Amino acid sequence: MSAREEILARIAKAVAGTEDVEIPRDYRTQAATGDLVELFAERVDDYRAVVHVLPAAEVPGWIKERLAGRRMIVPDGFDLDGHESWPDLHTADGVVTGCAVGVALTGTIVLDHGPGQGTRAQTLVPDYHLCVVRADQIVSSVPEAVARLDPARPLTWISGPSATSDIELNRVEGVHGPRTLEVIIST
Amino acid sequence: MSATFLGMPGNFPENSQKAVQDSQLRYNLRKATHTIRGKRADVVGELPDWAELRAAGKAIKDHTLRNLDRYLVQLERAVQDAGGTVHWARDAAEANRIVTGLVKATGEREVVKVKSMATQEIELNQALAAEGITAYETDLAELIVQLGDDFPSHILVPAIHRNRSEIREIFLEKMPETPAGLTDDPPALAEAARLHLRERFLRSKVAISGANFMVAETGTLVVLESEGNGRMCLTLPETLISVVGIEKLLPTWRDLEVFLQLLPRSSTGERMNPYTSMWTGAVEGQDFHLVLLDNGRTGVLADEVGRQALRCIRCSACLNVCPVYERAGGHAYGSVYPGPIGAILTPQLRGMGSELDASLPYASSLCGACYDVCPVAIDIPEVLVDLRAKAPHAAAEKAGMKVAGWILDDHRRLAAAQRLASKVRGLVPKKRLPGPMSAWTDTRDVPEIPEESFRDWWERNERA
Ligand code: SF4
Repeated sequence: MSAREEILARIAKAVAGTEDVEIPRDYRTQAATGDLVELFAERVDDYRAVVHVLPAAEVPGWIKERLAGRRMIVPDGFDLDGHESWPDLHTADGVVTGCAVGVALTGTIVLDHGPGQGTRAQTLVPDYHLCVVRADQIVSSVPEAVARLDPARPLTWISGPSATSDIELNRVEGVHGPRTLEVIIST
Repeated sequence: MSATFLGMPGNFPENSQKAVQDSQLRYNLRKATHTIRGKRADVVGELPDWAELRAAGKAIKDHTLRNLDRYLVQLERAVQDAGGTVHWARDAAEANRIVTGLVKATGEREVVKVKSMATQEIELNQALAAEGITAYETDLAELIVQLGDDFPSHILVPAIHRNRSEIREIFLEKMPETPAGLTDDPPALAEAARLHLRERFLRSKVAISGANFMVAETGTLVVLESEGNGRMCLTLPETLISVVGIEKLLPTWRDLEVFLQLLPRSSTGERMNPYTSMWTGAVEGQDFHLVLLDNGRTGVLADEVGRQALRCIRCSACLNVCPVYERAGGHAYGSVYPGPIGAILTPQLRGMGSELDASLPYASSLCGACYDVCPVAIDIPEVLVDLRAKAPHAAAEKAGMKVAGWILDDHRRLAAAQRLASKVRGLVPKKRLPGPMSAWTDTRDVPEIPEESFRDWWERNERA
């Protein structure tokens, strides 16, 4: 018998006669109804990321100023005239991306690495990540975020800068991922 | 190469006496577990629907286990459809053979690893080493354990028994490029690890990971982490091999909405961990292999009481509240799974043939704190009592009495245990009422006034 057949047979035997259970889903799917931008900004800030709330019209100018003089990766599909993307992953100072979803309650940004969001490596190797979140991309809760995302795409959920709790269980920012996470909420 | 747990001599009380006498270790453990305990309580308290999430988490896992064969086949097909290859391993030896073969086929002699309980359980690093392949741990705590030629002592923070100055010593001794002026400031230590591993990440062609969850419906694997070493390993190498226990399955994509809330809050005490990676099959040109591991799990599944241990999502909340763990330390459990979950999982996975494994069901005062914090409502005391009934008696029982004895001979500790013991679980496995309310009563936080104090319970049972 192959390992596959044997394991499946062992399982069938182990659970035979066991009753199935109903799954109660009485938890909240929506976590907040108020000002999601404010809640999201506050929660991202709690992770010691840098947060700015800007009117949409001011965002491109603000980004250009931020990028000036830096070797920044601007991924395909990220809408920014007149700024050349730094070609080399390993010598780049940072990366600027959009995102797929923001989760207000947990201060989380989710990338699906679609247009304007870069590859997984591009958002990981450089030490600085500037991420633009549109107000309409922010949902209140984890269940709402899961419902909006496409499982066929690679997904990266980001909650603050890289950190570790491995030394006496205190959170220390900055290990292997970007040590600086800066978030612009475009309203 | 890190040391091996298998065949470790002794029994739980003997092993723990070393820890009890080590005041530095006890101080480290106490400080760390109390810190994380407070953080967990804060972020769990923030969610008004925690009890409902916990009820859903428990039921999703029970439903999955009931239909595990069907969901595994569904997962296999989904992973294959997305360009991945699926392997099945009956036991540790078979899993190690499969992984070693896959690494050899790439021609590489080095692999990077993301922290994974399953690969520790099967002692994959040792198996690779025997074939001339070096496995580099990349999680900071795993690195500390590996460089220190040490054992992990906690699920989430394997080097929890080390404090900052000990970590500094290990780095200075074992990482040649570390500057002599390294301080024991945690950011400086993290920076030293970053520099040490950076080149290795960029150079490595093969990575080995575990996974926190697998989604049958979509074939998606999910890894939660903090540092970014996981993202490095999952993303950069050309070949990715994930070794995952068969119980890590969730039926649907939607089920993640429950577990992505339960796990981070229970584990690191954060609203969300810094990074979670999800991928389905072969992504961005990678060669992806999934090794599904049984290694005793189907045996656990066959036990009507013990099978609930398979709901475990390895959050480590039960370790952090356990008065016995806090005193005995993780090493005493002689397994990669320490603390209350280890006390019920190890004897079931490995059997109770050795003196050590037979003593594990006694590594508890049955205070019930572990059940209260468990995000999937595993009734650890119930399983412990059931295992005690099955253990080869005499020696294990005598040993076990001594374990709880330390707690009793220390008044401060007893007071703490009583505060934790919000409810004493019965000595006899309870039959719960069936019907729509059972999930609710199972997972509501238990009443604040204990039905019976720990001391009363102890005295009653001492006399009995
Ligand atoms: S038994 Fe429960 S509390 Fe303990 S690690 Fe597993 S899921 Fe967490």
